[in-house]
Amino acid sequence: MKSKYDLIVIGGGPAGLAAVTAAYDQGLRDILIIERDRFLGGILNQCIHTGFGLQEFREELTGPEYAQRFVDRTLEDGIPSLLDTMVLAVRPDRTIVAISPELGRLELYAKAIVLSMGCRERTRGAIMVPGTRPAGVMTAGTAQRYMNVEGYLPGRNIVILGSGDIGLIMARRFTLEGARVNAVLEIMPYSTGLTRNVVQCLDDYGIPLLLSHTVTSVHGGKRVTGVSIAQVDEHRHPVPGTEREIPCDTLITSVGLVPENELSKTAGVQLDAITGGAVVNQRLQTSVAGIFACGNVLQVHDLVDNVSEESQRAGRSAALYVQNKLPQTLRSIRVVPSPGIRYVVPQRIDVTNQAEAVKLFMRPTDVFKCASVELRTGNREEPLARFRRSRLTPGEMVVLTVRGSVVAAVETDVSVGVKVS
Amino acid sequence: MSTEVCEITCIVCPTGCKVRVVKEGSKVIEISGHTCKRGEVYASQEAVAPQRTLTTSVKVTGGDFALVSVKSAAPVPKARLFDLMKVVRKLETAAPIRVGDVVVHDVLGLGIDLVATRAVRKTA
Repeated sequence: MKSKYDLIVIGGGPAGLAAVTAAYDQGLRDILIIERDRFLGGILNQCIHTGFGLQEFREELTGPEYAQRFVDRTLEDGIPSLLDTMVLAVRPDRTIVAISPELGRLELYAKAIVLSMGCRERTRGAIMVPGTRPAGVMTAGTAQRYMNVEGYLPGRNIVILGSGDIGLIMARRFTLEGARVNAVLEIMPYSTGLTRNVVQCLDDYGIPLLLSHTVTSVHGGKRVTGVSIAQVDEHRHPVPGTEREIPCDTLITSVGLVPENELSKTAGVQLDAITGGAVVNQRLQTSVAGIFACGNVLQVHDLVDNVSEESQRAGRSAALYVQNKLPQTLRSIRVVPSPGIRYVVPQRIDVTNQAEAVKLFMRPTDVFKCASVELRTGNREEPLARFRRSRLTPGEMVVLTVRGSVVAAVETDVSVGVKVS
Repeated sequence: MSTEVCEITCIVCPTGCKVRVVKEGSKVIEISGHTCKRGEVYASQEAVAPQRTLTTSVKVTGGDFALVSVKSAAPVPKARLFDLMKVVRKLETAAPIRVGDVVVHDVLGLGIDLVATRAVRKTA
């Protein structure tokens, strides 16, 4: 088998597939996709609900349909993929070690690599829910795979901990399949999922959303028999006297996603402690030359449309890198979060002689009403740019486009913060 | 006839606009708070007769997936979702299936088809 490629994309989900199509459109042909599952499309295969594609395709699609459009593109373009193949290590010299039942151990080399491994769910262990260890405790994504891909109903009497989007989507899915969803508990005083999902997945079916609540204990021997829940105070500590038990056979957790960056570490890529993903410039290039990152492995997104857009930029950049056409960097500017903003991606802007607009992705630290996101630099009184928003919430990513003329004029670090008007 | 005010959170896109609809019986007489045409259409419909697109899955025999994901080709009355699920539960279909194939024609006489949203290949 061939072992050298211009571009290898690790992960054949929405990020990887979008990167491949963009690299192809930029003129690259010698491309390989490596995917650990038996099929391309990644998590979209189990996201059978609608709500995808409004930005990318101007129509509302289900997850599998959205994935199929990109899979079809790679087939038309004749891009090969290695399925059921797990990458074990990526080295800084862009050597890739992978393993597959069919081909055994593989050692491959690429002129450029796109890291698009996605993210995984935080588990019960990660949030340390006390109690026994019975069967029937699983993440929302695991339940989703059982129900939508494998064809099993993993429980009939459900409590959901965490109001992340997958948890909300699964509340509806369980209900439609005849299970009873007792409640969705959220430790924060606001939903961490999108408002539309609270409306169409919970309100539509009369499922209570208990804000500022958490599970204090799991009960049961072989199988879950119930959970104790309690209200929490502003420090997220259970309030004495508010505890009560809900009998159930299944506890579903939807308590956040973690970028899966084990391979980025073996490659020596510098990571951001807050996003859990790589530190990148506006072209999605990491701290290691020729290695790019995009999608949920870089930062956890709310919308696949944003993943596709970001990944297309990564794919195009990777192609330009291979073709030696990336513009020369004149100076590098750090982009740092200031009060009100938890993180900003990209963390670095490499200013070139082309005055290009730069898209900044960020999440606020809290809920703000009638606020502005401001970009500031140095000691200047006036912000470089100001974006007014009627409402900011950590559950919804903020995307701002900074004009090329503004970027070109910046000499020192840029801070991004929230100002309540 | 008396008017009724409905406060609706739009679900068309992730923005989640709060739309206020004033209706008289089943006639919308005033609508505000929406920021796009799709939202206006959704909220007007929602105030009068709520509809949802149903997405679920159907058992498949002889395919590389055990299930094929399906959707109602158009939104169906919200009140009929569980009736539709009763029909879907008993269904079984055979591979191969292409995206867009009709799995059930005119389900429950609603004039709407259930269509496949995933391709399922036939296994040898």
